[in-house]
Amino acid sequence: MTKDETKQAVLDIIADIAPDEDISNLKGDIRLRDQMQLDSMDFLDIVMELRKRHNIEVPEADYPNLATLDSCAEYLTPKFAALGK
Amino acid sequence: MSYKPARIVITGVGLTAPNGNTLSEFRQNLLNGVAGIEKKEIRYMGECLAGVCHYDPLKYQKKKELRVGTRAGSISIYCAHEAMIDSGINFTAFPKDRVGIYVGCTEHGNVETENEIYAISKFNYDTKYWSHYHNPRTVANNPAGEVSLSMGITGPAYTIGAACAAGNMGLIHAAQMLRLGEVDLAICGGISESIHTFGIYAGFKSQNALATHVDPLKASRPFDKARNGIVISEGGALYTLERLDDALARGAKIYGEIGGYCVNSDASDYVLPNPGRQAECVRKALVSAGLEAKDIHIVNTHATATPLGDIQECEAIRAVFGEGCPDTYINNTKSYIGHCMGAAGALELAGNLPSFDDLIVHPTINVDDLDPQCALPGLVLNHPQKVGRVDAILNNSFGMLGINSTLIVKRFVA
Repeated sequence: MTKDETKQAVLDIIADIAPDEDISNLKGDIRLRDQMQLDSMDFLDIVMELRKRHNIEVPEADYPNLATLDSCAEYLTPKFAALGK
Repeated sequence: MSYKPARIVITGVGLTAPNGNTLSEFRQNLLNGVAGIEKKEIRYMGECLAGVCHYDPLKYQKKKELRVGTRAGSISIYCAHEAMIDSGINFTAFPKDRVGIYVGCTEHGNVETENEIYAISKFNYDTKYWSHYHNPRTVANNPAGEVSLSMGITGPAYTIGAACAAGNMGLIHAAQMLRLGEVDLAICGGISESIHTFGIYAGFKSQNALATHVDPLKASRPFDKARNGIVISEGGALYTLERLDDALARGAKIYGEIGGYCVNSDASDYVLPNPGRQAECVRKALVSAGLEAKDIHIVNTHATATPLGDIQECEAIRAVFGEGCPDTYINNTKSYIGHCMGAAGALELAGNLPSFDDLIVHPTINVDDLDPQCALPGLVLNHPQKVGRVDAILNNSFGMLGINSTLIVKRFVA
């Protein structure tokens, strides 16, 4: 999975957990919660959906790595690769 | 000097029922004999019958709120906003800390817990897949709390768990809080999301109390010989209640006045009703209202169409209204909408409130062959009845563990 594909996987999750938001123009290098309404429970949704949909675990200490789309791609792409994706 | 409690009036109604999403639509369908029962697939059980509400949940909620919240919360939010609009109150300017939310519910949390267990069953019951929303969804105050979030209300907001007597209890408790001066405006009544839990279906089925019929619209048939149980329904009816002086000061439309009430307990069985205690509840409510049985013009029964329960309630009603009440008419709303559980009392009251204006008593439908044991004098069957006067409506709602509630609403006279 490329970094762009990883970003798309995260965007697919965000689209479901924040269905009222326009996510078509999210910037990759700006914190997600600065660009849209995303509270701590929503953030836990992202973690949960990564677990459910992709079997990826994100330990609490690593949550800061999910702050932006770019950091998500950096952090998650190797995890997808480790799963053979 | 004797204590004279403040007069409490109903000034707004918001509802969703299986056969209507506004009071006028609901009422019209009750007068036209239009029921609202349909087939619904229930998890683990297959096709069952249900009263399903078809309101627009996005009218007052965002998609995310629907995803995070509960069906009970959504029904409550819809009804609360509708009631507030109907009341004509300038809610934007109203002090939000002086508003109380009192929502009756039969139960809460079954739906959400079943959903989570089902969800983790897909992951070999590994609890790391259990939702972080489970607790806010299942706390008993959830439906009222979702209303407070939706409307920015900072006064007391909680539910009243009273089995199927809860709808009346919401109004009764609100009247008490207004009289105590705890709040200046109450949003109150009852709601139910029970059709979304298989457990309640399975429980009634195991109890041989779940209705079946080839025609869903004929399945809920209180007082009919062929009745065979309850049709489970969802729904909600929330009202705005105010002290009369406040309502008059703002020139409010007044639907009726809280006349009196009683809540008591059977203390005799987990499930089986107790006609003696029910009759006592009705009599005490009459005393509370300063009325005699003959002064009641409509008795809305709780009857759920179980073979025994209907007979027992009829026994209680006969004991109070059986003689000397030529102007008392008796009806049942569950024959149209099934048993809306925690919403039942509140919805059924709403269906009868317009009688103060149109002087028509909506009938009990689906009575093809009246059970002689349910042949109460004044029972209005299958066709609406125009009557001479409607000055007082008595609304019965009873629930498991033997909780009984009777609420009397009077025509408002200045």
